[in-house]
Amino acid sequence: MSTISTDSGHGGPAQDERPYHEQYHAAHHFRNRDHEFDAVKMGVWLFLATEILLFSGMFCAYAVFRMLHPEAFINGSHYLDVEYGLINTLVLLLSSYTVAAGVRCAQVGDLRGLKRNILITLVCGVAFLAIKGIFEYGPKAMQGKLPGVFFSYPNAHDPNEPLWWGVYWVATGIHASHVIVGIGLFIWLYLRANKKHFGPRHYTAVEGVGLYWHIVDIVWIFLFPMLYLIH
Amino acid sequence: MSTIESLPTGHAHDHHDASYLTPKGGFWTTIIDWATTVDHKKIGVMYLVAILVMFFLGGVAALAVRMELFAPTAFEAGGVIKNQVLTGDGLAGGYQNYNRVMTLHGLIMVFLVIVPSVPASLGNFLLPLMIGAKDVAFPRLNLASWYIYLFGSMFAILAVLLGGVDTGWTFYTPYSTTTDAEYWRVVWMVLGAFILGFSSIFTGLNFVVTVHKLRAPGMGWFDMPLFVWGIYGAAVIQVLATPVVGITLLLMIFERLFRVGVFDPALGGDPVLFQHFFWFYSHPVVYVMILPGMAIMSELIAVFSRKKIFGYRAVAFSSLAIAGISFIVWGHHLFTSQGPVGAAVFSALTFLVAIPSAVKVFNWIATLYKGSIDLKTPMLYALSFLFLFSIGGLTGIYLGALSVDLQLHDTYFIVAHFHYVMMGGTIIAFVGGIHMWWPKMFGRMYNEFWARIGWAFVFVGFNVTFFPQFIMGSQGMPRRYADYVDEFTIYHVISTVGSWLLLVGFLIHLFVFLHSLVAGKKAPPNPWGALTLEWTHTGPTPIEHNFHHEPVVTHGPYDYDDVPPPQTRPGEFPMPDPLPEGAERH
Repeated sequence: MSTISTDSGHGGPAQDERPYHEQYHAAHHFRNRDHEFDAVKMGVWLFLATEILLFSGMFCAYAVFRMLHPEAFINGSHYLDVEYGLINTLVLLLSSYTVAAGVRCAQVGDLRGLKRNILITLVCGVAFLAIKGIFEYGPKAMQGKLPGVFFSYPNAHDPNEPLWWGVYWVATGIHASHVIVGIGLFIWLYLRANKKHFGPRHYTAVEGVGLYWHIVDIVWIFLFPMLYLIH
Repeated sequence: MSTIESLPTGHAHDHHDASYLTPKGGFWTTIIDWATTVDHKKIGVMYLVAILVMFFLGGVAALAVRMELFAPTAFEAGGVIKNQVLTGDGLAGGYQNYNRVMTLHGLIMVFLVIVPSVPASLGNFLLPLMIGAKDVAFPRLNLASWYIYLFGSMFAILAVLLGGVDTGWTFYTPYSTTTDAEYWRVVWMVLGAFILGFSSIFTGLNFVVTVHKLRAPGMGWFDMPLFVWGIYGAAVIQVLATPVVGITLLLMIFERLFRVGVFDPALGGDPVLFQHFFWFYSHPVVYVMILPGMAIMSELIAVFSRKKIFGYRAVAFSSLAIAGISFIVWGHHLFTSQGPVGAAVFSALTFLVAIPSAVKVFNWIATLYKGSIDLKTPMLYALSFLFLFSIGGLTGIYLGALSVDLQLHDTYFIVAHFHYVMMGGTIIAFVGGIHMWWPKMFGRMYNEFWARIGWAFVFVGFNVTFFPQFIMGSQGMPRRYADYVDEFTIYHVISTVGSWLLLVGFLIHLFVFLHSLVAGKKAPPNPWGALTLEWTHTGPTPIEHNFHHEPVVTHGPYDYDDVPPPQTRPGEFPMPDPLPEGAERH
C-alpha cells in the first residue's frame, strides 16, 4: 500500500521534489491518508487480538498443568534465574518506551530521533535474545533441562519435570520467535526511516510495528511472573 | 440514482472501463497478471476454482467410503469372501486404508472446502461490491491469504501422497501423537492445517476491517445487505477462534517432534486438554461454515421472492448472536470426557444457539409469505436449505440434550446431523449462491433447465444418502467403522445409492458451468432485478476498480416495493399495486 499516487490525473509537476511522506497519497481504495491510517490501525489491533488468543492457549495450558502437577511447577520455577528474567524485563520495558518515543518523533517530524529510537529498540530486542540464549537457554540445554524425551537432567525432584520444561521452552520459544520477527520489522523500519519515508502525515508503519512490539512486551510481562516468580 | 455513467456503454474508453476479466495481454502476461493480482474479484474467482477442485477430491474420497460400506468385507465360515474397494495387505490393511480415506474426506472437506468456501470465494468477490468499496481493506494481505491457502494445501496433499493419515479430522491425542511414528505424515497434515489457519485469519481480518471502514457514503450498518452481516459474523469468529487452534496444532507438532508431553498422559500431559483446545476453535468454526451459508440465504430468499426481507434487524443481529454464542458451547463435543457438571452447563448453553438460528429460519419463511416466488435454480437451493437446515438444526437439539447425546454419541446419527447442517446447509447455499452470482462473476448465463435437473439430483440424492444414516445411527451404528452387522445393510446400501445420485447431480452442475463459460448467453447487468450494489451499479461484469465513482446509496438493499430495479426492461419487474389508504405492507 505504499504507492505514490502519480496517475491522479490532476496534472501535477512531472518531477515531484517533496519527500516521500509528503507525496504519499493513499492506496487507491481509500479516500485519503487518514482513512487508510484508521483502517490499518484497526487491522493491527485485530491482529494483536489474535496474538493474545494464541498466547492465551499457552497460558491456559500452563494453568491446567500447574493444577495437575503443582510440585513439578513449583520446583521447576526454582531452576530459573530471576536475575536474568528481571534484566530482560527491564530491557523490554526500555524498548517499549523507545518505540513509543519513536512514534512521537515521527509525528513531530523528528527523523533523527525516530532513527535513534528505532535503533535502541532494535538493540534491546537483540540484547533480550542474547541474554536469554547465552545465560538461560544455553546452560539449561547443557544440563539436560529440556522438554519431553530430551530431558536428561539427572537431579530432577519430580517425575513431571519434563512437562514443566516443555511448557517453559514452548512458551518462551514462541515469545522469542515473536522477538525475532520484531527485530526484522525494526530493521525494515530503520531502512525506510533512512530513506525519509516517514513524517508527520505518514507514520502508519511505525505505529503498527510499535503496537506489535508492545504486545510482545506485554506477553513477557505475564510470562516472567508465571514462570520465574510464582514459587 | 446515478447509475448510468457507471455502465460500460458498448465501447470501452480505456482499460479502466474494461471488465475485470479482460486479459491484459498475451497468455503469459495474463497468467502473471492473475498470479500477482490484488483485485478481490480475481482472488475470489481463483479461490472458487481451487475450492471446487478440492470439493471434487473430497467428494471422491466420500464416494470411496460409501463404496466400501456398500458391501464391506464379508466373512463366510472363517474366510474372507469379498474384499472390497479399499483393499490392502490383508483385512487390517484394508481397514487402515478405509480409515485413511475417511480421514482424508473429513480433512479436505472441513479445512480446504467448507471453512474457506463461501467467505473466500463469494465473500471475496461480493463483499467490497456490496458495500460500495473498490477493494478489501488490505488487498495484498488478501493475495497472501490465497497463496497461504495453496501452501497449506500442498502440505496436506503431501501427507496424502506419503500414504495419508488415519487420525480422523479431529486429530485426537494421544493416538495422533503416537501413531505412524516413523513417518512425518501426521506432522505434515497438522502443519498444513496450521498454515491454512493463517489464510483464514487474514481473510477474516480483512473482511472485518473492510466492513468497518470501507462502506460507501450513505451505507449505514443497517443499510448493508444481509450477506455482509453474515460474512461479518463469520469473519469475527475466524479472527478470534483460529489463533487458538493455531497454538493447539503448534503444541501438537512439538508433541510429535519433541515429545514435550502436553497431551500425552504417559508424560503427565492431558489429552482432554487437547479436546478442549481443539473444540474451542472447531465449534466456533462450525459457525464460520454455516453463517456464510445463511448470508447467501438472505439474499437468495429476498431476491427470488421479490420482497423486503422480513425482520432485517433480527436477521442481522442473529448473525452476531450466533457468533457470540458459538464461543461458549464447545464443551458439547466432550460430554463423555469431561465431568458431569461441565457437561450439564454446556448442554444448557448449547440450546441457546437454537434461538438465533430459528430467528433466521422463521424470518426467511415470513419473507416468502406473499412474495412473488420465482423458482429459478438459486431459489430451489434456498428452499432446499430451509428444509435440510431445519432437519439438521433440530437434530442438533437432540444431540445437545445430555441424556440423548450419551445414547447417540459417536453414531451415524451425528454423521447425519452434521452433514445435514454442513452439506445441506453450507454447500447447498454455496451452490445456490454460485448460480445466483455466476452471471456477475463470468458475464454469462447458465442453462436454467439443466441446472434445475442438477438440483433435483442433488436434493434427492442428498436425502437418500443421509436420511438413512439418522435411522441406523439411532439404532446404534457407530460412526467411522469400516464394517457392520447385517442388520444395517439396507441402510448402508440406500445411503451409497444416494451418494451416486449426488455425484450425478454435481456432474450435471459441472457440465452446466463449463457449458456456460464456453457457450452461455451473455448476461445482462442485472438478470434477477436485484437491488444490491453489485447488481445495480456495475455492468455485466464489474470493471477492475468496481465502480467509476464511489456509489452513493439511496435505498435499502431490499426495497422491492419502492424502487424499480435499474437496468431492467420496463415491465420486467413491475412494482406492486399501490396499497389502499391506511393499509400496512408486510
